[in-house]
Amino acid sequence: MPIADRVAVRLRVNGEEMVVMVPPYKTLLEVLREDLGLTGTKHGCELGECSTCGVLVDGRPYLSCLAMPLDLEGRAITTVEGMADGSEPHPLQLAFAELGAAQCGYCTPAMLLTAMALLDRDPHPTRDAIKDALSGVLCRCTGYLKIFEAVELAASRGGRHG
Amino acid sequence: MADELAIVGKSLTKPDAFAKVSGQTRFADDLALPRMLFGRILRSPHPHARIVRVDTSRARALPGVLAVLTGDDLPIKFGILPVSQDEEALAREKVRYVGDPIAAVAATDEWIADEALELIEVQFAELPPIMSIEQALAADGEPIHGTSNVHKAVALEFGDTDEAMRAAAHVREDVVFFEGNTHLPMEQHAAVAQYGADGKLTLWTSSQTPHYVHRALGKVLELPMSRIRVIATPNGGGFGGKSDIFSHELVAAKLSIVTGRPVKITLTREEVFYAHRGRHPVLMKVKTGLTKDGHIAAMQFRSFLDGGGYGSYGVASTYYTGALQATTYAIPRYRFEAVRVFTNKPPCGPKRGHGTPQPRFALETHFDKVAEELGLDPVELRLRNLPRPDSRTVNWLRITSCGLEACIYKVVDGSGFLERRRSMPRGRGLGFAVSSYLSGAGTAIYWNDMPHSEVQLRLDRNGGVALLCGAIDIGQGSDHILAAIVAEVLGVGLEDIQLTTADTDLTPIDLGSYSSRVTFMAGNAAKAAAEKVRGQLFEAVATALQCDVDDLVARDRHIVPRNRPVEGVSFAQAIQLAEARGGVVTATGSYTPPKLAGPYKGSGVGPSPAYSYSAAVVEVDCDVRTGEVRVSEVWIAHDIGRAINPVLVEGQVEGSVYMALGEALMGEQTFRLGLHKFPSLLEYKSPTALEAPVMHTYLVETIDREGPFGAKEAGQGPLLPVIPAVANAVYNALGVRIDEIPITPDKVLKAISDRSKRVGPLSTPAFAFPPLIKAEVPPEWKGK
Repeated sequence: MPIADRVAVRLRVNGEEMVVMVPPYKTLLEVLREDLGLTGTKHGCELGECSTCGVLVDGRPYLSCLAMPLDLEGRAITTVEGMADGSEPHPLQLAFAELGAAQCGYCTPAMLLTAMALLDRDPHPTRDAIKDALSGVLCRCTGYLKIFEAVELAASRGGRHG
Repeated sequence: MADELAIVGKSLTKPDAFAKVSGQTRFADDLALPRMLFGRILRSPHPHARIVRVDTSRARALPGVLAVLTGDDLPIKFGILPVSQDEEALAREKVRYVGDPIAAVAATDEWIADEALELIEVQFAELPPIMSIEQALAADGEPIHGTSNVHKAVALEFGDTDEAMRAAAHVREDVVFFEGNTHLPMEQHAAVAQYGADGKLTLWTSSQTPHYVHRALGKVLELPMSRIRVIATPNGGGFGGKSDIFSHELVAAKLSIVTGRPVKITLTREEVFYAHRGRHPVLMKVKTGLTKDGHIAAMQFRSFLDGGGYGSYGVASTYYTGALQATTYAIPRYRFEAVRVFTNKPPCGPKRGHGTPQPRFALETHFDKVAEELGLDPVELRLRNLPRPDSRTVNWLRITSCGLEACIYKVVDGSGFLERRRSMPRGRGLGFAVSSYLSGAGTAIYWNDMPHSEVQLRLDRNGGVALLCGAIDIGQGSDHILAAIVAEVLGVGLEDIQLTTADTDLTPIDLGSYSSRVTFMAGNAAKAAAEKVRGQLFEAVATALQCDVDDLVARDRHIVPRNRPVEGVSFAQAIQLAEARGGVVTATGSYTPPKLAGPYKGSGVGPSPAYSYSAAVVEVDCDVRTGEVRVSEVWIAHDIGRAINPVLVEGQVEGSVYMALGEALMGEQTFRLGLHKFPSLLEYKSPTALEAPVMHTYLVETIDREGPFGAKEAGQGPLLPVIPAVANAVYNALGVRIDEIPITPDKVLKAISDRSKRVGPLSTPAFAFPPLIKAEVPPEWKGK
């Protein structure tokens, strides 16, 4: 690919400034996975239908398969790799692991990030609020119940890094 | 107590959980190798056509394209079953469904690969498509394969059913249809192939059955299997959909051989709908004769399976539609006839419950109607026809433990079914159903006398345990089961076990994550290996301590005399003692299921070393204006034998219920002009968090004598009773019978307004089944 077909994009991902030269039509999903090595972000349709590719932009859920990186320069992007504090898992990650809320683990990154955005805005959500917040992220393994319980457990433990 | 279980039976965090919650699990599409190329597959736009000409010259000339393949590059046919070798990696003469692979390219990036596909010119001669069971049997036009659209027809009888029907006090017949649906794993299939300069091929693939992929690669590529390494990557959901041999696996391998570079192929979501191998559409007729007090005298069951374009697992699926009727009910005489036809749709195969959810829907709605006619409640009818523990069915299936009665009481009592169902307001209803399922198929896919599961253990002198097994974790928790069983036997912690799984170079065979076999079979192999290696440790420790081997126990990372624990040695010291005596401390364990097949042709499908049992009550809330059915509450009980990890078993049960609700109410596998109507995650409906009902899960433990620590399966059985329970609940709510799955709002509205108060098929097509094979019945059933 001619170098002229690429653009420099400066992204702030998990608090780190990253610069990549990519074709401008590459989606955020592709840039995260292929150019930045952040393969924790998954894909289920690449059409904005399943939310498997969900990340956070300025703390809010965002479909990376529909997002263009150039639009997001200067914004704070969070992926699942940014959830832990060093080697200390986020309370949601701990709760998901303990309660079996991750079966195959494929929707888990998006589910965790969406739940994190919820707890940041509503530290003690009701079951209905959890259902509502997670309703866009499809899971085919769990039937969602263990996920609801894990979000509630994490919330009961404070919901954020201690 | 020294003999209490330390790990088995506890809801511990599974070993792969932290990688999964941190995004560190490496799924197939997460792999990227230096110089890797991207492969794409050109698929048929026609449901049925001859391929007249394929011109790849323009694609080959495109800069960035390194290889183009057509069917002539991979001419050897394959298929998962030895009797159905009817697929080609890339179709050569004919395409049989929209999505059938025709050609493939490898390019330096995906955009160039996509552009190259558009430059491949294919000239087709279209043939009339065959899109239904009725069309397939009508025998007009060119058959999809060979000379007939009939793929498989079977007819078996155990005892004289006609005689029993004539003598029965009550006979009822029903015709129902199950439309079929797809697995919809969140991860699209993906494979990465690397053919090295050493002439060895490695394939990483999201597969439930790496051993079978290994065999197919050897056959189609004409490479010795010793030069092929298949590594199954953790599956981002499987549900049966990744248990076949797929075109993209063979094509990625061939493209890597041609280019000398690694090649990755990841299917798009639309392609996953075409890869399919999902639930067969099945039209069924069930007829039961009963005594006046509601005991089953005989059953006759007919099924017509719509197989799609290829054989896949279809022969097994066909038998499965008739195999488990008699493990769920005590049936003294039984006739089963089935036919599977080819149609121009994506091939059907195994989906969670493989071939048994459809007849389960037929039977459980049928018995709801029978109970009403007999003036019995549906629970009482089931209780009068329970299978017995330690018995054998009329079609020779051996039942060991059976907790069905306990499951029934759990859900009936928990939901207040008997009292509440009579007093529900219009629009709300309760439905009930029961089921049974295999804990692993008793016979392998290809005929052989070797074990079905093997485990190797190698102990490190510092106390670590390397556990090697061919099993692949598809989310069901098989990694945990293996680690928990070995840790339990050796008295160490889960964190002391280092797992290497599903790598044909390194791990001994496990046949795959299908037929709910892994806990039972790989679990038994792991237990055998652990007991063997523990024996070596005990010998070494007994010599050192000058005590009796039988006095020793392994617990808390120590091996100690039972009554003098302070005199023991640490686990690591025990390994060192054993290593000093005999070198590397290692052991293997294997599991071969007992030979249980009955004395008749077709008896290989159905036998299992143990059966799980389930019962469900479902509560629905129906909107009489829109026809929408909402499931508000589910009570599900499952006879698990023993829960090796209760939280993981609950997860399997809850996930099964959820998948069943999607099948009952949403999943539509329908076609228009030969095209799948909904090949996307937006339009193909699947329950979201908002549809999740309140769920009450009861685990019933029967401690099966043949399961590892008494365990049976959990991954598939709990799905089975839920679909018919929904249908029965809709009847309780509205007084209408939707004898067709899925139960969509339009069908509900139609049934409400129709005088028959029913939607469903009225008859089955005319078909001359083969002459009945009148099988011998077990002696205990003779004259019954």
